Amino acid sequence: MSMECGVFHTRYESDMGLRPRPAQRIRLAVLAVFVLVFPFLASSYWLDLANQVAIATVGAIGLNILVGYTGQISLGQGAFMAIGAYTAGLLTLNLGVPWGASVFCACILTAVAGTFFGLPSLRLKGLYLAIATLAAQEIVEWGMTHWTAVTGGTEAIVLPAPRIFGLRLNSTFNFYWLAVLTAAGTALFAANLFRSRIGRAFEAVRDQDIAASVIGVDLFRTKLLAFATSSFFVGLAGAMIAFYRNIITWERFTLNTSIVYLAMIIVGGLGSIRGSFLGAALITLLPALITNMGRAIQDTAPQAASLLPYGQQAVFGIVIILFLVFEPRGLSKLWGNVKDYFHVWPFAYRRGENRAN
Amino acid sequence: MDIFLQLTVSGLSTGMIYALAAAGFVVIYKASDVINFAQGDLLLLGTYLIFFAVAQTGLPWSLGVLVTLLLAVAVALAVERLVLRPLVGEPIISMIMVTIGLSSVLRGAINAIWGPNPRAFESFLPAGDIVIGPAVLSTGRVLSIPIALAVLAGLGLFFRYTRDGIAMRAIADDQQAALSMGISIPRVFGVAWGLAAASAAIGGIMLGNIVGVSPNVASIGLRVFPVVILGGLDSIAGAVIGGAIIGLLEVYVGFYVGHGLNLVVPYLVLILVLMVRPYGLFGKEIIERV
Repeated sequence: MSMECGVFHTRYESDMGLRPRPAQRIRLAVLAVFVLVFPFLASSYWLDLANQVAIATVGAIGLNILVGYTGQISLGQGAFMAIGAYTAGLLTLNLGVPWGASVFCACILTAVAGTFFGLPSLRLKGLYLAIATLAAQEIVEWGMTHWTAVTGGTEAIVLPAPRIFGLRLNSTFNFYWLAVLTAAGTALFAANLFRSRIGRAFEAVRDQDIAASVIGVDLFRTKLLAFATSSFFVGLAGAMIAFYRNIITWERFTLNTSIVYLAMIIVGGLGSIRGSFLGAALITLLPALITNMGRAIQDTAPQAASLLPYGQQAVFGIVIILFLVFEPRGLSKLWGNVKDYFHVWPFAYRRGENRAN
Repeated sequence: MDIFLQLTVSGLSTGMIYALAAAGFVVIYKASDVINFAQGDLLLLGTYLIFFAVAQTGLPWSLGVLVTLLLAVAVALAVERLVLRPLVGEPIISMIMVTIGLSSVLRGAINAIWGPNPRAFESFLPAGDIVIGPAVLSTGRVLSIPIALAVLAGLGLFFRYTRDGIAMRAIADDQQAALSMGISIPRVFGVAWGLAAASAAIGGIMLGNIVGVSPNVASIGLRVFPVVILGGLDSIAGAVIGGAIIGLLEVYVGFYVGHGLNLVVPYLVLILVLMVRPYGLFGKEIIERV
């Protein structure tokens, strides 16, 4: 946790608080009011996007726990989400387990699977681990499409609509509350995790694994725990997608999904909860934005509009590259810069005066 | 037996294309420690550039190949200068993501220029079949094997005898020592990307001739990983042997076992190799362990 200039703590409670400063509390309150009011004002199109962002936030925080905080590169995000989605869906569909229970089972099972795929991380580091998880992704993808008896192969699985107190939960409006609560809960859990001994151990492993081991961090346990915790939330995101869409198809969980989630945490900021949310929002909204732009120019420039689907792919790549080259710490850092500027406003250093830093 | 021979030739010719892509991958990894996820898209680029040069512009094929190589190398040099050089020394995750982003940009651009549908392309490799005993083999496929081997051998000679090749090995060995001997690292990185693009473009040209011109070509990019891990990340010879093994394994499993298992078998091999012998068949036995 970074220290802020000009902020003095006089009590331990405020020193340890998650958001001790009044400005932070005000921002949080503004955000809360916005979240509460938003569904009553937004169209169902925007509400659907908000739900997607909330689900992506859960998945991105999960991935960030592993990649951003513990430094273990995983290209298997799509596979883990698939395990969550298929477990939750099939338990409810075939065994009639209530949806809440099957979502929980899905999280646990994904955590177990994550731990299993995490085993190579004990021997392999960096790019070797990345390639191993890539292989895991391909193998799970193959299993999804070829293990027809269980997953239905390439056919989609249709789930019964989840209900709570007789309300259909997968309407955009009703699901919004569940999704936002889950995303907020995940963020709160993760924020507190990295103030605890275990979370600090994750970060120590990321920064210098040998040094971490010297100061008494059990690498074996810590890495597996990171894989398990991360996969738990990734599985949760997968299960949420299954019940929100009411339908499970393998196309949602390909290597491309893994890449999209990695892009979220890169663009948002590695090792940042706020960044996970910002990245999830940007990467989810970007295609929608481009599609809308396409509709806008449909009449004036149909030629350009027909190119947009490919443009979308190119823009996705360009966004990743630009962030990596110009702001590797992502949106989270940009937001921090804005805050810092206003924190001391109007007495900010002018550019060029603080070169020494 | 004739089926077996046919399978072997088709597996070897696919394997040699894997090897060409993998050799480019190895060159980049050796010189700059970058894992290039855009290798498949460099193949795709080669396929579409030859389509552009021969089918669209109407150049004779020899000139077309030359133009394709020049353009592919130009793209690679631009990529190296604009995208990879600013990231030298960044963590692995950044390197992986930047090449993934690059792959997305290349694929989007190629689709935007040439459209997502397969394009008609008349092969300029000699048509017809070669008959060996009971087996009938298409000449294009058979020819692709010596072509690929020649290119890969050329790459091997380059590393052994040319100034840039030796400089590249020096940098792979010890970057600081190489720097202090006056080797220009930016130049070597540029040469590495140029070579990788050229080798991938030759693979792409052959794919265009054998399989046809379509965006699916890029899916071969992922097969590079089993090949290079099996052969050893830093070995050209490993790329050739690994490519041959993976290519053969795919066709044999596809024919004799079936069930779509040929799609996943390279990755099972990959996991197995990582568990037993992570540096591959010919790689240097230096691997970071914890």
